[in-house]
Amino acid sequence: MSAPSVEKGIQFIKGQIDAPVASFFSACVHCGLCAEACLFFTETGDPKYTPINKVEPMRRIWESEFTLFGKLKSMLGMGEKVDEATFAEWETLVYDGCTLCGRCSLVCPVGNDISGMIRKVREGFAAAGHAPEGLIGASTRAVEIGSPMGVKLPAVKAQIKHLQQDTGLDAPLDVKGAEYMVLLSSMEIMNFPEYLEAIARIMKQAGKTWTIASKAFEATNSGIQIGVSDIAKVLVSRIVDAAEELGVKTVISPECGHAFTAIRWDGANLIGRPYNFEVKHILEVLDEFVEQGLIKTEGKEDAKVTYHDPCQIARKGGVVKQPRNLLNKIANNFVEMEDGGEMNWCCGGGGGVSANERADEVKLTAFNKKKSQLQALGVDTLVTACANCRLTLEEGLEENEMDMPIVGLTEMLAEYLVEDKKEEA
Amino acid sequence: MDANELLIWARGPGFDIALTIFVVGMLLRLLEVLALGKKPDLSAPRGSGPEGAVRTLIARTLPRKTVFDKEPLRIINGYVLHIGFFIVLFLYGPHIAFFESFLGFGWPALPSGIVDAISAITILSLIAALVFRMNNNVMRFLSTPGDYIAWAVTLLPVLTGYLAYNHLLLPYTLMLALHLLSVELLLVVAPFTKLTHMFSFAMARWYQGYQAGRRGVES
Repeated sequence: MSAPSVEKGIQFIKGQIDAPVASFFSACVHCGLCAEACLFFTETGDPKYTPINKVEPMRRIWESEFTLFGKLKSMLGMGEKVDEATFAEWETLVYDGCTLCGRCSLVCPVGNDISGMIRKVREGFAAAGHAPEGLIGASTRAVEIGSPMGVKLPAVKAQIKHLQQDTGLDAPLDVKGAEYMVLLSSMEIMNFPEYLEAIARIMKQAGKTWTIASKAFEATNSGIQIGVSDIAKVLVSRIVDAAEELGVKTVISPECGHAFTAIRWDGANLIGRPYNFEVKHILEVLDEFVEQGLIKTEGKEDAKVTYHDPCQIARKGGVVKQPRNLLNKIANNFVEMEDGGEMNWCCGGGGGVSANERADEVKLTAFNKKKSQLQALGVDTLVTACANCRLTLEEGLEENEMDMPIVGLTEMLAEYLVEDKKEEA
Repeated sequence: MDANELLIWARGPGFDIALTIFVVGMLLRLLEVLALGKKPDLSAPRGSGPEGAVRTLIARTLPRKTVFDKEPLRIINGYVLHIGFFIVLFLYGPHIAFFESFLGFGWPALPSGIVDAISAITILSLIAALVFRMNNNVMRFLSTPGDYIAWAVTLLPVLTGYLAYNHLLLPYTLMLALHLLSVELLLVVAPFTKLTHMFSFAMARWYQGYQAGRRGVES
């Protein structure tokens, strides 16, 4: 890739402007309602965080390049410019002040997909050399080492060995013709090994063949977050190649929000062809297993629990009813958070914000939304299905001296499997 | 040129010019959008794109609770403004007669007195919209001269129509001529301001709804 420059940034943004984007800018009436949906605005009160303002550089480029009136304005020297200063000024809004959560897109009265545009405009910011260090580091590690957190295959193998020793269960590597190929996120390998154990138990009870690909165990995709399609493509291709080499039927996206977006929705478009396999989120698979009677649960959690919908899984991924079906199976006292489901409030750490140290302060301010939601509910346990949400929530709770366990839904379900109860008895 | 001549010009050539600019301008704006095209989505669909598009096109007319609860007045005012404007434009007898002369068919009108009251409400609603725009920190922050121009050219036809109907301020013929001229100003300005949203909102909702439908997500 050539060196980043303002010209390149503008070119990249131009390349992202299609009919939907143009229709969105033509339809915006500056009503400002998107601000009310954005936790960066509601928690800071600063109007610069109004979602549509975050794509102002893109609007300027659209107007001056793709509208006759805008071209005339530019010729007369009246157009608004996009230069180095513009990129510098908007960089923090585009990366630090947006988690790509997508609430704004759902409240816009004219139907503008604003968060979709913020995802697109990041391509230009990265090309102009205005992406945050933290995300550049994560992306570089993802491409060079194979994981944004620098996790290598030996770490996965070590975890599998632990699993075998502790539980007698197995997580088979590189099994050709397995029905499912399970992906992990770095955080699940490093911080939440419970996930892998839960998968091993569930798959065993369901009687399904599954595997982890040694060439593509990592599901996360920093390229999607930083906005570099070339990187995103490299990372997705690893998964596609491995899945097709092993001939699996279904690839399972782990408890990670953006990984699901990357592999489920963006992947085929990045590599330029449809897949030869299906992609499902782990919660979709679990719900199917329960529906088909392949796994049975026994007993229920008595603690008051609520569910935090990861934005990319619920709002943008359409996996909303599954976690509720599952929770109602295993919890006696499951309560919904206000706006739960499609309109849930983001944890504040999505869209690459948690990998961007510069955004730490605004991320914690944004967390105040989740804090007040949790305080209003007064729950004992918080369940979620995204390792990144989980880490962001843990950090936020700790910072606010709130003591509350956070568990992944997959591992919680695994605890209530009938078979395990029998084995323990 | 006296008031009569002005009215004749505004009814005839003036209106034709304005309507031409409106139609050509709007078509240009919409074609500018469509010409950019859209890459096909290669991801495996979970639902129907067209179904989602139609659903969003209709459903987005209503606000979501989470935002309505925060800004009820602004949102209600938005409805009053739009509905009021459409009633005055399309359900006032003389307007229908005017459309009939173009289209060759008409439709039932509301009693003039009711339209008069609704136009007064619409004027108040437009004034409220301006007050909101100037007082809400987000709206003030987002506002450009274009927003105020669009506001003014929307207000003028309603205001002059109201004044003409009630024989206020200026002689009727002159006010009616000004009313027509203000409509023409609106037609001429609309394609070059955010008033394009009168058509592009449908495209925006369609595009977002289409993607949401394919993905089987809410929109």
